[in-house]
Amino acid sequence: MGVEGIGANVKRKEDKRFITGKGRYVDDIKLQGMTFAQFVRSPHAHARVKGIDSSAALKMPGVVAVLTGQQIVDDQVGNLICGWAIHSKDGTPMKMGAWPAMAPETVRFVGQAVAVVIAETRNQARDAAEAVAVDYEELPAAPNIRAAIASGAPQLHPEAPGNIVYDWELGDKAATDDAFAKAANVVSLELTNNRLVPNAMEPRAAIASYDDAEDHFTLYTTSQNPHVARLVLSAFYNIAPENKLRVIAPDVGGGFGSKIFIYPEEMVALWASRKVNRPVKWTGDRTEAFLTDAHGRDHLTKAEMAFDKDNRILGLRVSTHANFGAYMSLFSSSVPTYLYATLLSGQYNIPAIYAEVMGVYTNTTPVDAYRGAGRPEASYVVERMMETAARQLNVDPAELRKTNFITQFPHQTPVIMAYDTGDFHASLDAALKSIDYAGFPARQAKAKSEGKLRGIGFSCYIEACGIAPSKAVGSLGAGVGLWESAEVRVNPVGTIEILTGSHSHGQGHETTFSQLVADRLGISIDQVSIIHGDTDKVQFGMGTYGSRSLAVGGSAIVKAMEKVEAKAKKIAAHALEASENDIVIENGEFKVTGTDKSLALPMVALAAYTAHNLPDGMEPGLKESAFYDPSNFTFPAGTYICEVEVDPGTGKTSFVNFVAADDFGRLINPMIVEGQVHGGLTQGIGQALLEGAVYDDSGQLVTASFMDYAMPRADDVPSYQLQHTTTLCPGNPLGVKGCGEAGAIGASAAVINAITNAIGTNKLEMPATPDRVWHAIHG
Amino acid sequence: MYQTNYHRASSVDDAAAQFAKGTESKYLAGGQTLLPVMKQRLAAPSDVIDLARIPALIGIEVSGDAVTVKAATTHYDVAGSADVARAIPALANLAGMIGDPAVRYCGTIGGSLANNDPAADYPAAVLALGATVKTNKRTIAADDFFQGLFSTALEDGEIITAVSFPVAAKAGYAKMRHPASRFALTGVFVAQAKSGEVRVAATGASQDGVMRVPAIEQALKGNWSAAALDGVKVSADGLMSDIHGTADYRANLVKVMAQRAVADAG
Ligand SMILES: Cc1cc2nc3c(=O)[nH]c(=O)nc-3n(C[C@H](O)[C@H](O)[C@H](O)COP(=O)(O)OP(=O)(O)OC[C@H]3O[C@@H](n4cnc5c(N)ncnc54)[C@H](O)[C@@H]3O)c2cc1C
Repeated sequence: MGVEGIGANVKRKEDKRFITGKGRYVDDIKLQGMTFAQFVRSPHAHARVKGIDSSAALKMPGVVAVLTGQQIVDDQVGNLICGWAIHSKDGTPMKMGAWPAMAPETVRFVGQAVAVVIAETRNQARDAAEAVAVDYEELPAAPNIRAAIASGAPQLHPEAPGNIVYDWELGDKAATDDAFAKAANVVSLELTNNRLVPNAMEPRAAIASYDDAEDHFTLYTTSQNPHVARLVLSAFYNIAPENKLRVIAPDVGGGFGSKIFIYPEEMVALWASRKVNRPVKWTGDRTEAFLTDAHGRDHLTKAEMAFDKDNRILGLRVSTHANFGAYMSLFSSSVPTYLYATLLSGQYNIPAIYAEVMGVYTNTTPVDAYRGAGRPEASYVVERMMETAARQLNVDPAELRKTNFITQFPHQTPVIMAYDTGDFHASLDAALKSIDYAGFPARQAKAKSEGKLRGIGFSCYIEACGIAPSKAVGSLGAGVGLWESAEVRVNPVGTIEILTGSHSHGQGHETTFSQLVADRLGISIDQVSIIHGDTDKVQFGMGTYGSRSLAVGGSAIVKAMEKVEAKAKKIAAHALEASENDIVIENGEFKVTGTDKSLALPMVALAAYTAHNLPDGMEPGLKESAFYDPSNFTFPAGTYICEVEVDPGTGKTSFVNFVAADDFGRLINPMIVEGQVHGGLTQGIGQALLEGAVYDDSGQLVTASFMDYAMPRADDVPSYQLQHTTTLCPGNPLGVKGCGEAGAIGASAAVINAITNAIGTNKLEMPATPDRVWHAIHG
Repeated sequence: MYQTNYHRASSVDDAAAQFAKGTESKYLAGGQTLLPVMKQRLAAPSDVIDLARIPALIGIEVSGDAVTVKAATTHYDVAGSADVARAIPALANLAGMIGDPAVRYCGTIGGSLANNDPAADYPAAVLALGATVKTNKRTIAADDFFQGLFSTALEDGEIITAVSFPVAAKAGYAKMRHPASRFALTGVFVAQAKSGEVRVAATGASQDGVMRVPAIEQALKGNWSAAALDGVKVSADGLMSDIHGTADYRANLVKVMAQRAVADAG
């Protein structure tokens, strides 16, 4: 490891630009002749659109056009798609209702667009949007799962009777029933996994520009995966063929999953830019973000776990209702199925698992992947179950976990996943030591004498990251492959450009990927530039989500680097009159081992481009690309232990300590990894204590602003104690597993387990607000 | 934001004169309430008259008997005032608990009282300390000033110029923050006047805004201690109930915060 290589805590290259306000986000971009879009959105959760009167709006100053849902349908812009086909138990495909980019006939959630005003200025567009008169006929709404599956519930889509999208299963039902039949003890649990609003710092935005001379579109958008956006816009939404559509995702201020999806607003901006033959900009405001960014989680679950007399797990049965909101968002179908039920084995030997999941339409904002996507929900079920079981079986929660840990790898679970490696005892032991578990009873007694309720809670999470082997996900219904691409361009003077299909929206790729390259060549990270987020520059790539950028995207860079290095070694060997096998790369030099002969990287690069003296038959240039398809998921895992103190007078929870012992495989930049863990833990704590999207009975979002939706602030979270226990991932050349989601996946269960331990009752839902905790204590 | 006309007033009289000229005028102080509402297009004043830089409206005067805070004095200045901290430490503490630093640098006591948000902090201090609100027209006793949610005794165009707080023998404030907004989910100000009178005011709890709490006043009158409140039952009738706190939870908070405020008062 050099000072800037693998394992070095290099400060992030991109931060100067972000911190000094030099970042270039979509809203910073201004095009000649640009107009502004303002959407007219439904104030009702469910209503028929009887008519839209744009006449007053059209007469207002600066108005260029008012476009409606019927026009977008008439122009044959495609309906929004869901890219992962799921089949019900009976083999029937999921039952999806149509989702036009603007509603021509029926609105199904508050905030759904019915029309758009295009005007010269943002304020003119806003003024005119208020003047568009929409005649709605209100319909009864089903604003949550229970309301949507009740008999006589309002029907959202004719295609989905009873509002059920699918009734899916995974695992061996008969074997699981057998396990329960022989159980010495059965533990059961009912859980709500609360709905979350992603709240990226930068709201979504889009600028669409149509060039009628070239019949070509450019879209600047807040995307985590611009290539996928182009693919979908082109292949399914009929915007333009791929070669006539350039998608650019410049600096993007956070996504957490919510910027994976292609939303109606981008589609409308593109379509409108051709209609008005002017660039169209839309920048969402915070209210639009609350109402239209895909929400996360929202499960109701019943689970049972069967144990033998020695407290070994025999089986797990899980039944979940997942809320999809009013429409099926791009990857929504996969989240409560293959990203959820496949992780229900947790870190444990569970011989039999059976899970069934009902996907439900409701009159709410669509729900899709949000940091962790399915895996936090799984982890929450398994880890609350383990803690509940320990209490019910009267065993120490750490011991119960140790009794059941998987210790042999590879390990095939009953729910598809084959864990490649891990050391679950190591992370639990590290966390136990760090939190001084042995000293807890004394600390608890002391707190009690001071009138405080102290509790400790565990969460031993596992996640499947680095998504994913294309063949595997294809067989499970994915509409895309989940490989990644990279291109390495060595410039004639030896500086290097890495073009990656990954997309950084806060993760620090410009630093981590540079370190990876710098480490291989022994050069400074300043000599390496990372280019991403532009379909005209970068070859097709799959983007950033699912903790995949380093494990998949970084591995693609390694593969391309290997090709570049092999060619460079040939060039150096030729110039140095040595055998290619004797060339080693050190400190930016190509050296002949055992001699003092060497050629610096810039000279090798120059030789490649002057082509004056290359080996016979060799093409000039030094540039290679690679597509890397992983052979398996990666399996980051770890133990979180949380110690809290609850104030019985107010029900307020405070943190005494929070220990996170994670196994992410090899760390390229430990500081960036810690930042990811801090952020993830904070989101997990946010879900556990503060955050929750609440709809009222009529389907209005009660928590539609930060005045009611509580985001975690610095003083809500503890100073985290981080540990790393490492087993290298055998599945990729870097030995890395991914760290982006772990905190959000593991933290919530640890927090709720700690609070329920403190207050002595297991009945507590997230977010565990002071009000709820106080009621749990006082009845 | 809708279009509006901005005026920076040079004096209180100038402000009142400008106000009278507009069709739907609004005073602006720290802007921490008015501007967000305007940005969301929920308010559309024709004219905005800025009071924040009128010299006569800025500053704090402390005598042996009273702390007078002029209306456009920021929360930050009150929180950081050594004079206030000596005379009525609970008042400085309260100001330091409002919002976050950015809000405290801008927001003013006059704006907070004129707005009378049912979860705002200052109203609790004004009511419990029996302060008087001075305006460009008259002097209004605290008991008469607050008139329910977002409603006060102020007449259209009337300007708060200062608030005068009698120095108490003992005073304390305790606040349970709203998890999202950080306003008071419930905050209680307890005060024992130099005359011996005990007044207790709760904010964030009642559907009618800031309120006195007679049951707690009674209990503290005979025995100024947190323990004196152990047996007190605060009724949940008329208290707010929402996703962050049910009425019975808020009733509990009134008592628990009162106990903590007494402990804070010493
Ligand atoms: C993020 C955030 C958090 C907050 N947290 C809290 C909190 O924890 N506790 C709390 O109490 N408050 C909180 N506030 C509100 C804050 O205290 C405001 O400062 C206060 O409510 C209004 O004061 P202002 O000076 O900003 O008034 P402005 O917003 O300028 O005006 C508010 C209203 O008062 C009128 N007005 C202003 N000055 C006068 C005057 N001298 N005479 C007559 N009318 C006048 C205006 O016309 C307007 O109607 C918060 C605000 C924000 C934005």
